Amino acid sequence: MELLAFGKTGWGDELFYATLMTIAVSITAMLIGFLFSLIFTPLKLSNNKILNFIANSYTTVIRGVPELLVIYLFFFGGSGAIMYVASIFGYFEYIEINAFITGSVAIGIISGAYSTEVFRGAINSIDKGQFEACKVLGFKKYIYFFKVIMPQMLRLAIPNLSNVWQITLKDTSLISVTGLVEIMRQSYIAAGSTRDPLFFYSFAAVLYLMLTFLSMKLINKLEYKYSRGF
Amino acid sequence: MDTGLMVASLPKLLSAAVITLKLLSLSLIFGLFIGLLFAILRLNKNPLLNNFAYGYSYVFRGTPLLVQIFIIYFGLGQIEYLRSTILWVVLKEPYWCAIIAFALNTGAYTSEILRSAFQTIKPGIIEAGKSLGISNRIIFYKVQIPIAIKQSLPAYGNEIILMMKGTSLASTVTLMDLTGVAKYIISTTFKPIEVFIVAGGIYLFMTFVIHNLIKYLEKKFSYQ
Repeated sequence: MELLAFGKTGWGDELFYATLMTIAVSITAMLIGFLFSLIFTPLKLSNNKILNFIANSYTTVIRGVPELLVIYLFFFGGSGAIMYVASIFGYFEYIEINAFITGSVAIGIISGAYSTEVFRGAINSIDKGQFEACKVLGFKKYIYFFKVIMPQMLRLAIPNLSNVWQITLKDTSLISVTGLVEIMRQSYIAAGSTRDPLFFYSFAAVLYLMLTFLSMKLINKLEYKYSRGF
Repeated sequence: MDTGLMVASLPKLLSAAVITLKLLSLSLIFGLFIGLLFAILRLNKNPLLNNFAYGYSYVFRGTPLLVQIFIIYFGLGQIEYLRSTILWVVLKEPYWCAIIAFALNTGAYTSEILRSAFQTIKPGIIEAGKSLGISNRIIFYKVQIPIAIKQSLPAYGNEIILMMKGTSLASTVTLMDLTGVAKYIISTTFKPIEVFIVAGGIYLFMTFVIHNLIKYLEKKFSYQ
């Protein structure tokens, strides 16, 4: 237990901050994922074949390729790509992107592919009559989307989004390969310096279990809130 | 775009893909047995066995695969007692450690898939078997299992694809699988996009094959 003490003697505070980092990366990645799904869901639902193809190739490629490979692409290719873009604008200095941004963008893109599929499924399962009724009543586009489609869609999407959240949370452990100090990386450092890997990795597992357990509790509440009246 | 590098790295990546497939098939075979065992335990009426199986699947589905591999590969080696037993022959090899971790992980997911498949079998079918005087064992093997296979195929197909992506984590315990070799080539040539296209293409091709195989099996098992 003294290994987990706070302060200089133990790893308690380091692991605590690492847990906060994991939560921060997961939330950022999830939000970036929502941004991506906001772009790609309409593309998937549109009737234009080219737009359809773009959105389908995004979700197929990302869901068919290992997360680790995507992270390596961003880790090794991220700063190169940014520097290339910067060189077009006449900036030739070396640019280093911080591991937090690289990691959350990489995980965000993965999470976005999953949430795009969830939103597409949810919107598709809304009764066609709802869309037609909105058109007949002459609603403005944003009222029609935010007041009619969105509440119904969220009720259907939240259970599946909770799965996406779990996947995203667990995928953040892979960012440890880029050196960002989250739970996995911190356990690796602690295990290396105390030569007690069994304890620290088991403790990391407990931390992840706690995070998944707590987030499930929160999501169940949300689910209850959005399924009122059904 | 360096097409020369893409062509040059293709044979290396293809031979690494064989290791990925070996890891995948071995862990799926072991995982299927583990999954079946725990699905049966989950459906058992004994609360002790039932809760044990639930706890197993909860822990393995609630923690990242990376943690599980690290506990088995780095963690178990720390126990002095294990080093003196016959188990050490297996546990000192990163290859078998990875397979154990993958099998336990996919076993947890498979047990959930099989459990829900067994639960959707209508009780009337089993009762019909019983009233015909067929023994419980034969009902299980000849009635419940074929129906459960048919019910669980779509979900199990997803699990196979997830597991294929999971095998990429073997590269973190020094195994040179497809992702491991891809990372090695990226870090020596510093051309991430080209290598990603080739390695990602191989992964996508494998996903495509698995997807169609499952579709074919689904067709074969839908005997209505």
